[in-house]
Amino acid sequence: MEIPTETKNLILKRIAEIQTQYPDAQAACLPALHVAQDHVSYVTDDVLDLVADTLTLPPAFVQGVATFYTMYRKRRVGRYHLQLCTNVSCMLEGAEDLLAGLESHLGIGAGETTPDGMFTLDAVECLAACGTGPVLQINDRYHESMTLEKAVKLLDALKSGRDSSDLPTPNVDPDEIAAGAKAAPPAPDDKDE
Amino acid sequence: MEKLLSVSFGDPEAKKIQKYEASGGYKMLRKAIAMQPQKIIDEVKASKLRGRGGAGFPAGVKWGFLPKDAETVYLVINADEGEPGTFKDRTLMKWDPHRLVEGAIITCMAIGAHHAYIYIRGELVEEASILETAISEARQRGFLGRSVLGKPFPLEITVHRGAGAYVCGEETALINSLEGRRGMPRLKPPFPAVAGAFMKPTIVNNVETISYVPIILGMGGEAFASLGTEDEGGLRLIAVSGHVERPGVYEVPCGTNLMEIINDVAGGVRGGKALKGVIPGGSSTPVLLPDECDVPFSVSGMGGAESIAEVEVWDGRKFEVMAGRTLRSSPGSGAIIVMDETVDMVHVCARLMHFYAHESCGQCTPCRVGTSWLNRLCHKVDHGEGAPADLEQLALIADGIAGKTICPLGDAAAWPMLGFLTKFRGEFEAKVSGNKKEGA
Repeated sequence: MEIPTETKNLILKRIAEIQTQYPDAQAACLPALHVAQDHVSYVTDDVLDLVADTLTLPPAFVQGVATFYTMYRKRRVGRYHLQLCTNVSCMLEGAEDLLAGLESHLGIGAGETTPDGMFTLDAVECLAACGTGPVLQINDRYHESMTLEKAVKLLDALKSGRDSSDLPTPNVDPDEIAAGAKAAPPAPDDKDE
Repeated sequence: MEKLLSVSFGDPEAKKIQKYEASGGYKMLRKAIAMQPQKIIDEVKASKLRGRGGAGFPAGVKWGFLPKDAETVYLVINADEGEPGTFKDRTLMKWDPHRLVEGAIITCMAIGAHHAYIYIRGELVEEASILETAISEARQRGFLGRSVLGKPFPLEITVHRGAGAYVCGEETALINSLEGRRGMPRLKPPFPAVAGAFMKPTIVNNVETISYVPIILGMGGEAFASLGTEDEGGLRLIAVSGHVERPGVYEVPCGTNLMEIINDVAGGVRGGKALKGVIPGGSSTPVLLPDECDVPFSVSGMGGAESIAEVEVWDGRKFEVMAGRTLRSSPGSGAIIVMDETVDMVHVCARLMHFYAHESCGQCTPCRVGTSWLNRLCHKVDHGEGAPADLEQLALIADGIAGKTICPLGDAAAWPMLGFLTKFRGEFEAKVSGNKKEGA
């Protein structure tokens, strides 16, 4: 998928701002990948090329960086990326049963996306919210002390498309981006919890 | 109980600069501006403040390692909180971001740094945004920019988000990551204080460590030191999770009795169940049995406690961290995970081995191969498919990793493996009994 010019310009503008914070171009590699991913949904070959060109880094270097870190998505994910911590503290609070419950509710296994493209479910490592486990991260937002009942309610609300500041902002849809239907980045998330 | 750093936890107004200033915030910045940098360092040395990221190195001593004639120095604040069980830095940044900003400015003036980077783990989007707001408020007040409150000292603070890699909590991996690379640890020496970020002298300190700096200037280093133990000054944050009545982040004097923390501070084991085991300082620290928890929560208090059994490799052979130094346990990052009588310890151990295998950066062979091997073998045992010989194999693999890697991630996997095997050997044996087939 080629990145539309308008989106590309937004990304380049932000990368230029970021670069002023560092003594060399390479240091902007991680933030640049974050910015590009936020606009394009996941790290495509075009994103790698864009970041490499802009920062004058070898494409293989940028690919090496992008594949090292778990937050850079190497595949398409749903509008809502559900990441459930299953490390020890969350496990002691029932994260394994919750994962099984979510799998059965969504009809997918961990690592998969629902056929309608709404949800991707992943089991992840510690999210630093161990006192309020299990923690379910949906896109950028943490939902703590989760139970299956609470999670299902949340997913239903997301599915119904209800617009509410209580809910996480959806990921951009790469197809819509490609069609130029939605060049704007996701709105900043400024809600206090 | 006295609170210094945790006074604002839970107050949604506290993250605003007006509220922070109204409660005495940024007063110590004004004091520090008039002080000689060495005086600030001396106060922090006198405070006996130890690094609160897990390794526990005295903060003032670390600052003293900087070359005296360095032109460019960086302060890097480690907010890459990823050790399972640890959630104190996130709590601190969420509720009291200005404490960290004030501490960062004072520290920069003490060590002569004109740029500080806060390396925050990528998942903490909300906390990163809270910090950005706090920094911009501080800039509006004239605390940052070309001068600090009129004093010609150019200073910038940049929030740098990681992107999901536990190993980046190790300071040299963090520096590589800050520089835009894969987060692989560097060989030391050179230490960051000599050649760190962008190959310039760099001090890397944890969020909590830096946040205590304004408090230390306020009360004086010696007064702070007197709140803790002989070799570890002041109060510290602890994060209690698992089967307690009141999980959460608390502030206690260094050296507080661990059992008192569990029972009095965190309300004891939930639902009146019996205590089975405690991971005292984040997932990398060896697990403790209930009768080993009557110890002071400090580096020397736990490292030297006779009441804590030494970690063994196999058949009574003591594990040695280095020649002649055995391992008991450690308060690490202050993350206490409490497990009640219902917990399957082999399962917990297997879950941790999965974590370390996932997070090994792959640079050193013992860790890359060893953590994956531990993971596979431990899961096999956990699922009842292991043989008695597998247990000795687990111990030997762990011993084969520890001390043989560039960074402590290898030890961080080996220590809990050996700790669980030493303390809960019977549970492992029960899972393999009757299985005669050969090991891995």
